[in-house]
Amino acid sequence: MALLEIVDLHAVLAEENIEILKGVNLKINEGQIHAIMGPNGSGKSTLANVIMGNSKYRVTSGDIRLEGESILDLTVDQRAKKGIFLSFQHPQEIPGVRLRKFLISVKQALGSKEPLLKMNRKIESLADVVALNQEFLERYLNLGFSGGEKKKSEILQFGFLKPKVAIFDEIDSGLDVDALRKIAEAINKFKDEGMSILLITHYQRLLDYISPDRVHVYINGQIAATDGPELARKIEENGYAFLLEGIER
Amino acid sequence: MRKHVNVDESKFDFKNKAGYAFKSAPGLDEKIIREISEYKSEPLWMLEKRLEALRVFRNTPEPDFGVDRSQLNINEIVPYIRPNAVKEASWDEVPDEIKDTFERLGIPEAERKALAGVGAQYDSEVVYQHIRKDLEELGVIFLDMETAVKEHPELVKKYFMKLVPANDHKYAALHGAIWSGGSFVYVPKNVKVPLPLQAYFRMNLAGMGQFEHTLIIADQGSELHFIEGCSAPRYNVHNLHAGMVEIYVMEGAKVRYSTIQNWSKNTFNLNTKRAIVEAEGTMEWVSGSLGSMKTMLYPATILKGRGARANHLAVTYAGTGQIMDTGSKVIHLAPDTSSTVDARSISVGGGWAFYRGLLYISEKARNSRSSVECSALMLDNISKSDTVPIIDVRTSQADIGHEARIGRISEDQIYYLMTRGLTEAEAKAMIVRGFMEPISKELPIEYAVELNRLINLEIESSIG
Repeated sequence: MALLEIVDLHAVLAEENIEILKGVNLKINEGQIHAIMGPNGSGKSTLANVIMGNSKYRVTSGDIRLEGESILDLTVDQRAKKGIFLSFQHPQEIPGVRLRKFLISVKQALGSKEPLLKMNRKIESLADVVALNQEFLERYLNLGFSGGEKKKSEILQFGFLKPKVAIFDEIDSGLDVDALRKIAEAINKFKDEGMSILLITHYQRLLDYISPDRVHVYINGQIAATDGPELARKIEENGYAFLLEGIER
Repeated sequence: MRKHVNVDESKFDFKNKAGYAFKSAPGLDEKIIREISEYKSEPLWMLEKRLEALRVFRNTPEPDFGVDRSQLNINEIVPYIRPNAVKEASWDEVPDEIKDTFERLGIPEAERKALAGVGAQYDSEVVYQHIRKDLEELGVIFLDMETAVKEHPELVKKYFMKLVPANDHKYAALHGAIWSGGSFVYVPKNVKVPLPLQAYFRMNLAGMGQFEHTLIIADQGSELHFIEGCSAPRYNVHNLHAGMVEIYVMEGAKVRYSTIQNWSKNTFNLNTKRAIVEAEGTMEWVSGSLGSMKTMLYPATILKGRGARANHLAVTYAGTGQIMDTGSKVIHLAPDTSSTVDARSISVGGGWAFYRGLLYISEKARNSRSSVECSALMLDNISKSDTVPIIDVRTSQADIGHEARIGRISEDQIYYLMTRGLTEAEAKAMIVRGFMEPISKELPIEYAVELNRLINLEIESSIG
C-alpha cells in the first residue's frame, strides 16, 4: 500500500508566483526506502518542504496523500502529528531550549503520556547510538553544534519521534566517511519495518550504507527518471548529463 | 485574523470585600500626612521627614522623560488605606477575606515550601509577618517598615531615604511623603541567611496607591536573598505604585533581590530601586516586569568600594496596551569594580518595550570591567522596541563590552519547531521561553513557572 503518494504536484514560491514543482509524481509504499538524487540547485529540498507544508510555497494543483488521504489542507504541525518527519540540511538553532527538554516537550505535544524517567532513558540511549555526547542533551538546541553534531541531533529526533515517513534532506552533506557511516547505521537501526524513508541526496555514497528500494532523479521540478539502486551507480559514474538530454529546460 | 487580548489576569483579578477601618479622602495635603503619621503613631522625626518630602514634591517638576503620565492624577489616588486588620502573628489569625486573597496567590504555599520568612502587604499595611525562629536567634531582623521605625529608630534614621533622598525625583518625594508599609531587613555581620526572605505586595482598592518602602541592610560578610512579588486586581480607576527599595551592601556582603511585578494593566508603576555596594560586596538584581499599564523602573547599583560587583538580570514583557520603560543603571566609583547587565524584552500585541540604561565609570574606577547586553524580541509588526543605552566612561583603564540586539521572531525557527509537531503558538512560546531562559532560570521557581504560563496564554490569544 502507498504510504506517501504525490500526484502531479505543482507548486509556486508563494511570494513571487514562480513555479518550482512542475508535476511531481512519487509513490512510496509502506516500509520502502526511496532516494531522490539530482544536481545541485535542482530544487530537491523544495519538494521536501512542500511535502511538509512550508508556507513559503503554495501548491497550485495535484495532491499529496498520506495513507490515501490528502494532507494539503493540513498545517505543518498537523502533518507532523500524522507521522511525517523532515530532517533538515541546515537545522535551526533555538537558544534557551535544551535538547533533552525539547525532545520531551515535543513528545508530549504529540500526545505521549510516557513517564519522564522512561523518556529520559530512551533519549540517553538514542544519543549513544548516534554517538552524540550526553552533554549535548543539556545544551541549547543545535546552538554551537558542529555540522556533524547537528545531523546527529536530527537523527536523534527521528529515532525518538518514530514517524511513519521520514524525509532526510542532504543528511550526508558536510560529513566525513566515519560520521556518515555512523549516521547511516543509526537510521537503519531506528527504522521500523513499516516506516518509509525518503533520502534526498546529491551523492551516491550515502546509498552505500542505506540501500534504497527505488532511486529517482529529480531535475528541473520533475522526476526525470526512476529505477532500482543501479541508477545511483550509473549517475556516480556518468553524472547527470545523460538524463538531461531531451528534458525541456 | 489576529486578535490581541490581554494576559489572562484571572488569577490576580479577584476583588475582596475587606472592611476598611481608615480611608483618607482623595488628595494630598499636609493634613493627610499628619493624619497618616498619627494613625501610625509615628515618632515626630518621621513626621518631619514626611512633611519635608511633601515640600520637595510640590517644588519638583515632573521627570522630562519616560512614559506619558497625563492620565495620572495624584489627587485622585487615595494615598493611604489601612485594611481592617491588626498585624497577626500566625496565618490562622489573618481575617478570612484577606487570607483568601493570599491563598489564591499561593503565599502560604510558598511558605510551606520552607521560605525563611514571609511578609505580605495588603494595600498599605503588612498584615502578616513571620520569621523563622532560628533566624531571629542569629540576629536577623525582618519587620514591616512601621514597626522598624519604632523598634530600630537608630538604623532607620541612619539609612532611610539616604540612598534615594526625596529630592532625587518627584516620585521619590511623593514616596517620602506618603510611604506606607514595606519590609525592613537587617542581616548581622557574617550571617548567611540560608533561605530566601519573601515579601508580597498587593493593591486591592480601586484608585489607590501603594507606596511601600523596603530597606535592606546586609552587614559585612553577610548574605541574603530577598524576593518581592506584586499584584493588583483590575479596576477602572488608575492605580499608582510608587514604591522604593534601598539596599546597603556592606564590605564583602552579598545580596540578591528578585522581583516579579504583575500589577494590573491600569497601574502606573513608578518605582525606584537602588543599591550601594562597599568593597568586595556583590549586588544582584533579578527582575521580571510583566504587568502594569506603564512602568518606569531602572534598578541602580552604585559600586562604591574597591572590587564591588553588580549583576543585573531583567526580563520585561510588554503586551497589549503596555508601555514598559525599564533599564539598569550601574555607577562605578571605585577601582577593580565589575558589573554585568543582561536585559531582555519581549513586545507583543502592540506593546512597547523601551530599554533605558546607564553605565557610568568614574575617573577613579580604574581597572573596572563591565558587560552590558540588551536584547529585544518583537513578536509581531504592531509592537515596538527601543534601546537607549548610555555609556559614560571617564577613565581609559576600563574594559567595557556592549551589545544590543533587536529582532523579530524568526519564521524559520517557528517552521522548524512546527515540523516536530508543535502548533504555531507552542512554537512561538517555546522560542520566547528560550529567549528568556537565561533570566527566568534565575527567578524563584514558582515565578518562572508563572512567567511561562503568562507567555503561553498571551501568545495563544495573539494567534487567535
